[in-house]
Amino acid sequence: MSSSRRSTIIVEHLRRQQMWDSLAQGKRLDGRDFSEQRPLEIEIDVIKKANGSARVKLGDSEVIAGIKVATGEPFEGLENKGALIVTAEVLPTASPHAEPGPPDEEVVELARVVDRGVRESEMIDLDQLALVPGKIVYTIFVDCSVLNADGNLFDATSYAVVASLLTAKLPILEMKDDKVVDTGQTRPMPVTTVPVSITAARIGDHVLIDPTAEEEGCMDARITITTADDGFCAIQKGYTGAFTVDQLKKAAETARTKGEEVRARLKELAAKNG
Amino acid sequence: MTQTRNLIDANGKRTDGRGIDELREVKITVGSVKNADGSAFIEFGKNKILAAVYGPREVHPKHMAQSDRCVLRCRYHMSPFSTDTRKNPAPSRREVEISKVMRESLEPALMLEDYPRAAIDVFVEVLQSDGGSRCAGITAAAVALADAGINMRDLVAACAAGKVDEKIVLDINDTEDKEGGADMPVAYMPRLEQVTLLQLDGRLSPDQFNECIDKAIRGCKMVYEIQKQALMQKYFGNETELKEEV
Repeated sequence: MSSSRRSTIIVEHLRRQQMWDSLAQGKRLDGRDFSEQRPLEIEIDVIKKANGSARVKLGDSEVIAGIKVATGEPFEGLENKGALIVTAEVLPTASPHAEPGPPDEEVVELARVVDRGVRESEMIDLDQLALVPGKIVYTIFVDCSVLNADGNLFDATSYAVVASLLTAKLPILEMKDDKVVDTGQTRPMPVTTVPVSITAARIGDHVLIDPTAEEEGCMDARITITTADDGFCAIQKGYTGAFTVDQLKKAAETARTKGEEVRARLKELAAKNG
Repeated sequence: MTQTRNLIDANGKRTDGRGIDELREVKITVGSVKNADGSAFIEFGKNKILAAVYGPREVHPKHMAQSDRCVLRCRYHMSPFSTDTRKNPAPSRREVEISKVMRESLEPALMLEDYPRAAIDVFVEVLQSDGGSRCAGITAAAVALADAGINMRDLVAACAAGKVDEKIVLDINDTEDKEGGADMPVAYMPRLEQVTLLQLDGRLSPDQFNECIDKAIRGCKMVYEIQKQALMQKYFGNETELKEEV
């Protein structure tokens, strides 16, 4: 059952006061502006055994995503579409609070929010991924592992998923005598748009993007907004506090402008690879 | 989501005969579970959802207790017979997520600091599902919490808006959720003017986003009136009409 256990880190009282004082001056403890992301590093093709992979560092948060392509039965109601499945796991390496075992509700939320961004943006044209419509389709697994957690796992994981999909090599499969045969050739994923998520935390009256673990420890509420090329495609408000409508509309605007910057970088990555 | 047929006809009517700004019929009965400290049964369109609140009570396991505040626990669950095809009774990942966002949408309204070392349990059981069961569940849970006499800053009212045939409509139903363009569930504290739940599935342009959130909040305000009316009915009898606040 869902309970209000705090699993974010506990921020020491004086440090918290220091953060509030700093925010009141318009600065964050690490010197960033409220609408400034931490340095973003994206490395692709880090796992040769995967059909596509990416390692993303957003500040000290680090996530690796790997794609494995298989075949299987289509989902009910989506008989003529390939299946795309995004999962996420916070490895026990990631922080002193991370433990092995079945995912807790925060990790379930992480995986579902990242999956929703990719799915609702219709980033991958799943219509092109049916082999025998209604019977056999491509099943694309994008599995993510958080290696080190320092806040904003939503965006770090989302960028890893998108970067790996943009640069993946999809094996070309064919049907021969009712069997699936790998032709040994590959092609790029059928990509239609590039979704980018931007997460912001509210601490008091301040709304800041890309929160660190320490800032998450002090936050009142969180909002993750995913944009595609042409507008919004997924939103998730999280954590125990609330937002005013005005704060949300401003956060949406920031998600669009900042999202454009990240989108440009991801597209550049894809162009270089293609 | 690809759309296969028109969901709004030439007269501006939706698949269930509603206009674009019309709420489904909502009925809330307060106190329908006798053993619970507070409860509410909501019929929201075809949704039939029961919310029961137990607490403040002792926390088990004891290590979960917080010395300065009450622990709020929430379970959203769908009965196996509530859906078109049988739902496995084990909690799905969807239910885990909804339990979490539901708890987080209720918590800002509760004065948890008034009940240190205790727990409040909220159980939301979807007996029959239509679109928008999380919103209906939150709405019922807020009423059940008020019925349990928990100190609250405000009620939490929830309602979705969404995009159907490129139009922004209020209170998405099941068909519109599955076949329409976007679904945005919102929970709102009308007195405090704060949003406690916001999710979006589907694509909206910036203008549509603003229209959608404003429309959902108007829906929340309508739901709020129904919640207050239901509580008044239980505590002041059938004849009580809620007087318009001046």
